[in-house]
Amino acid sequence: MQQSRRDFFKVATVGAVGATLFGFDLKPAYAQLKELKIARAAETRSTCPYCAVGCGVLIYTIGDRAKNVTPQVIHVEGDPDHPTNRGTLCPKGSSLEQDMLNPRRLTKPQVRRPGATEWEDISWDNALDEIAQWIKKTRDSSFVEKDANGRTVNRCEGISFIGGCTDTNEFNFLAVKAMRGLGLVYLENQARV
Amino acid sequence: MSQAATELIRISGHAGVVPGKGLNREFQVCKLVDTTTCIGCKACEVACLEWNGYTFSETTFDNTYQTMPETAWNYWNLIKFNEHERADGTMMLLMRKDQCMHCADPGCLAACPADAAIVQYANGIVDFQEANCIGCGYCMTGCPFNIPKFDPPSRKVFKCTLCNDRVSVGLEPACIKACPTGCLHFGTKSEMKELAETRAEQLRTNSGFQDAGVYDPAGVGGTHVIYVLHDAKNPELYGGLPKDPTIPLSVRLWKGPLKWIGNFGIIFGAVGVFIHYLRFGPKVVKEDEQESHGGTQ
Amino acid sequence: MTNGWIDIKNTDMMLIMGGNPAENHPCGFKWAMEAKRNRNAKLISVDPRFTRTSATADLFVQIRAGTDIAFLGGLIRYAIENNRIAKEYLVNYTNAAFIVKEGFKLPEDGLYSGFNASTSAYDKTTWNYQEGGDFSGKTDAAISAHATPAPSHPATPAPPALPPNVAYDLTLQHPRCVFQLMKQQYSRYTPETVERITGIPKDQYLKAVDLFTSVRKDGDMKKVATIIYAVGWTQHTFGTQIIRTAAMIQLLLGNVGRAGGGVNALRGHSNIQGATDMAGLYDSLPGYLKAPVPDDKDLATFLKRTTPTASKPSVWDSMNYYANTPKFMVSLLKSLYGDAATKENGFAFDYFPKAGQDCSWTHIWDDMYNDKIKGMLAFGMNGVMIGPDTNKNINALKKADWLVVGEIYEDETSEFWRAPGITTEEQKNIKTTVYRLPCAGFAEKDGSMTNSARWVTWKYAAVPPPGQARLDQDIIAQIFLRVRDLYKKDGGKFPDPILNLNWAYADAAHPPLSQVAMELNGRALADLKDEATGQVIKAGQQLPGFAWLKDDGTTLCGNWIYSGCWTEAGAQIQRRGTEDPSGMGVFSNWSWSWPANRRVLYNRASCNPDGKPWDPERKQVWWNEAAGKWVGNDVPDFKPDSHPKDHMGPFIMNPEGIGRLFAPIGVLADGPFPEHYEPIESPIKNPLHPDQSNNPLVKKFNTPYDKFGLPEEYSIVCTTYRLTEQYHYWTKNNPMNVQLIPEPFVEIPVELADEKGIRGTDKIKVISARGTYIAKAFVTRRLKPMMIDGKKVYQIGLPIHQGFRGIDEDEGRNARTPANLLTPTVTDPNAHTPESKGFLVKVEKA
Repeated sequence: MQQSRRDFFKVATVGAVGATLFGFDLKPAYAQLKELKIARAAETRSTCPYCAVGCGVLIYTIGDRAKNVTPQVIHVEGDPDHPTNRGTLCPKGSSLEQDMLNPRRLTKPQVRRPGATEWEDISWDNALDEIAQWIKKTRDSSFVEKDANGRTVNRCEGISFIGGCTDTNEFNFLAVKAMRGLGLVYLENQARV
Repeated sequence: MSQAATELIRISGHAGVVPGKGLNREFQVCKLVDTTTCIGCKACEVACLEWNGYTFSETTFDNTYQTMPETAWNYWNLIKFNEHERADGTMMLLMRKDQCMHCADPGCLAACPADAAIVQYANGIVDFQEANCIGCGYCMTGCPFNIPKFDPPSRKVFKCTLCNDRVSVGLEPACIKACPTGCLHFGTKSEMKELAETRAEQLRTNSGFQDAGVYDPAGVGGTHVIYVLHDAKNPELYGGLPKDPTIPLSVRLWKGPLKWIGNFGIIFGAVGVFIHYLRFGPKVVKEDEQESHGGTQ
Repeated sequence: MTNGWIDIKNTDMMLIMGGNPAENHPCGFKWAMEAKRNRNAKLISVDPRFTRTSATADLFVQIRAGTDIAFLGGLIRYAIENNRIAKEYLVNYTNAAFIVKEGFKLPEDGLYSGFNASTSAYDKTTWNYQEGGDFSGKTDAAISAHATPAPSHPATPAPPALPPNVAYDLTLQHPRCVFQLMKQQYSRYTPETVERITGIPKDQYLKAVDLFTSVRKDGDMKKVATIIYAVGWTQHTFGTQIIRTAAMIQLLLGNVGRAGGGVNALRGHSNIQGATDMAGLYDSLPGYLKAPVPDDKDLATFLKRTTPTASKPSVWDSMNYYANTPKFMVSLLKSLYGDAATKENGFAFDYFPKAGQDCSWTHIWDDMYNDKIKGMLAFGMNGVMIGPDTNKNINALKKADWLVVGEIYEDETSEFWRAPGITTEEQKNIKTTVYRLPCAGFAEKDGSMTNSARWVTWKYAAVPPPGQARLDQDIIAQIFLRVRDLYKKDGGKFPDPILNLNWAYADAAHPPLSQVAMELNGRALADLKDEATGQVIKAGQQLPGFAWLKDDGTTLCGNWIYSGCWTEAGAQIQRRGTEDPSGMGVFSNWSWSWPANRRVLYNRASCNPDGKPWDPERKQVWWNEAAGKWVGNDVPDFKPDSHPKDHMGPFIMNPEGIGRLFAPIGVLADGPFPEHYEPIESPIKNPLHPDQSNNPLVKKFNTPYDKFGLPEEYSIVCTTYRLTEQYHYWTKNNPMNVQLIPEPFVEIPVELADEKGIRGTDKIKVISARGTYIAKAFVTRRLKPMMIDGKKVYQIGLPIHQGFRGIDEDEGRNARTPANLLTPTVTDPNAHTPESKGFLVKVEKA
């Protein structure tokens, strides 16, 4: 912690031309100002993923989008141009930096086998193959082409899809398309509850 | 050469000329906190924490929405909550953003013995200079708002900077920008004062808050954070906002003679070092020097 | 929202009820504060708790959870009694003057006409308009002579058949006109009755309704009031009807379609609007088209059932926009099945699955518990936590063969098999295979989201997903493509829709979202020509809007209401114009809003019948006689060249063209007017009709988990909510937010605490018939004991945020009990939303 605070208080002596805004202009002997941490950071326009106000947010990442930089988030604040939030953010939006830089994020596919008491790692390839086989097996065993009254229904009764409501319109459309394509009728999302 | 040093109007523990005093046009910044439109959402708390990059401390639930009892060395901005039942039985949930008030006549600065550990800029911001801080804690006794907080590991005192890194490049402070309802507002002191008075008048005429008013206490020369209160007669209701804050008499008394001594500038080379010596002894002075050096590397 | 976030600044009066926007939508709530600061607008907060919204209110009223219809019904009564209604608006823009069929009965005993006790369903034949013409001042006999008897088909559910020529009485005097029936219905909701039901003292209640209706004092039409709500209204077994009551009030007072007015649902999740628009719900199709049912034997049958015909007084006009349903549907089928959808095969209508039963949320868990559903895919959806009845959901998942969870954090759903209380031994008996796939966070994906105000806004990716995490759309695509490969290789049950699904994206395994957005907008599949203007759209070009959609297979459109979002002129949803010439917060050039970039819906109603704004200070649209069309600061939500003298109704999506005070046949399952019913678990019998206390259409499930408490044992009313510091079950992984609210708590009144010897921060148990929730007590004066029908009743509330996975949960500081352990699995018969608000509990020291 000591180290990080030192880093943090890395300061700049402000006295150069152009730094006299708002009554600051200092002699290093007396006072020093912290540098603006986002001065040259790249800025990306996004939308807060939480509630349905849909606040515009600016995501600041290190580097200037040059090829040799892996962007990492250093700060998030509201987009002042966005007519709804005009730069403001709530306590959840204000903490978005931590949602992106969070050690608790899931970073690899895992599987919990029948009867297991722990997760095990699985490759994407194997996970997707196994899931596809489950879907086919369950679909084939629960597919109803005609109901008891002889009406064509072409539905898969053994699989359900539930979706959250913080992903994009395009994701939602693709999910609905794919799941209806598989014949699902148990298709629901957060909007219901 | 620019007017480099002329923007400082007060320097703690300083023997000699204060370069900016009386030389600058008034262009003072001010935060306006309208408690009547505060929703206690704590966006300002998070924005402050996020911008200033501090890590997290353990909190516990204490029968309130309030995050912690008081501001901390690494938590400069705290909404204070008070469930208040009025005489007619109606409820009020009073919520006030607590932070450094950036007093025009800052008690912390008056009390500080270390040369340039606390400075006041011409724009009104009272700023702690950690490199010069000797950790004596006198600023804490000088503050009528209980704001400066001591961090034992670093032996330094910290408080809100009014985001001077942002303000210096023309941005508003982080808390101000975040505030969802616009209960926080930023501008010059005169504009904010006018806006606050207009809002208070509106509360008196349209919302039935006959005692609505502006908090800009004269005892500390006015502040660069001012409040609109539904009940300006009872600021204590708002998380213990002092009714008539003043710099403690003790600080005034010893600071007067010290200043006189300082003006002669011959008895002690560095008043701050001496006081620090009296309080902590020589060993600590050394450590603090190292810390100061480390801080500027 | 009929209006939008910024538009709230134009209001004079806010009724915020069933929602707590200061805490749940803080940045939208700024516009409420702007209205207060700049217009001296008044804010009335009605809530079971004194919330942080209430803290800014001019008037707070504490209501018993689940009694909103009583409150609002009494408001209707007060407005009529005191003539605080918008007479001209009422007569011209609502069905107030329409005459209802003979035989229709109001629910004095809790039941409308047509109830069948054995099926617990209504025969809605009488819930309809009388056929006829102008019967102002005429007798019933005269009407009957003109009416043709409606054919009835009791064997099959009758499709909504509204008469084309509706009988009406513009004097509103006919005893069976909608206005008189409504007046009669709510005459029972006197302030005294309201007090018995809601617990609001009569004087306080009168203060609230007087303040709200004051915008129509002395017949003035200038002022505007808005009603703002959220899931505090939807999560009831009569949720849809609460919202309808609000809509009726707004029609009665002439507040719909106007700047600063409307009925405004504050939606809870960033893209819950878009996800609903895209029809991630079993019973709808993109753009709110109805999902096919087994009786729709072919496309023609489906279109006949779902395409309404105009129903109106003969002297009026009705646009009946849904007459275009075939164009929207065929264009959607082209988007789903591409070249396989041909005119000859009914555009592959048979490919689309037809549900034979209610497949909504609670049925998923019930059918899984009953071994019908064997596999589940859950993306960004923590089904165990969201409930209702967490225990039931966990035990349902134990019976599934497989579960796929796509998430960004460990969640309770993927970890259901080791929920608290499940021992290692028991885990060995749980046979469910669970895949947990790491997905991308919001900043790692581009794409559009639709906010509560229907603004569709594009966002850009800032950083790559961490580790092996993949974009959600890629995961869905890759799963689908692998299933398709299996069917290609091995065959299987009816593979046609899988093999023929239109997945022609530039990179099938990584669909570019810009291409999907363009598909939502729609494009021409053949050269199209507008005969009136001569404008030509070439095959392959993006369509300018939904007016170009065709029912012959020459257009493709994924979602008709999104048509216009990405045209040949470019991505409208990426626009960033900040100009607002009217100063009313319209921002027509910022992103794009459905439908057709309209910002306030039904805005024709902001003008009087002559086409002049009710308030010249707040002009939205108006009739320009010289130009012969509607013009304005917003896109007119109306037929652009319909002259006011033609009297076309402003509610163009209804076949009647008007706003419905009376919801006729086919609209709602449980009654044309809202009636107060008690929540399924209630401390009292319904004072209006004790023998029919609950909504008669509510059905209960039969698993061992479906238990209900009686007031003798569970006497406390409990409600759940979110806190401003946390977001659902998400930010409990975020140290900053955990620091703000470190532990779960239960808000209880001081008086209850004293009675039980509980002090603030003591650990307490909240027990319902279904489970026990443990958290610390938050003893507060913001919840007061209430007198309900002569009985002292306590209300408590608890936030839903904590569970058994999260920073504090994993570090053992939380009790690890999800709030929805407590809630019952019963739903609203219209929206199928569970009753999470207002259930019964008891409280003990832990």
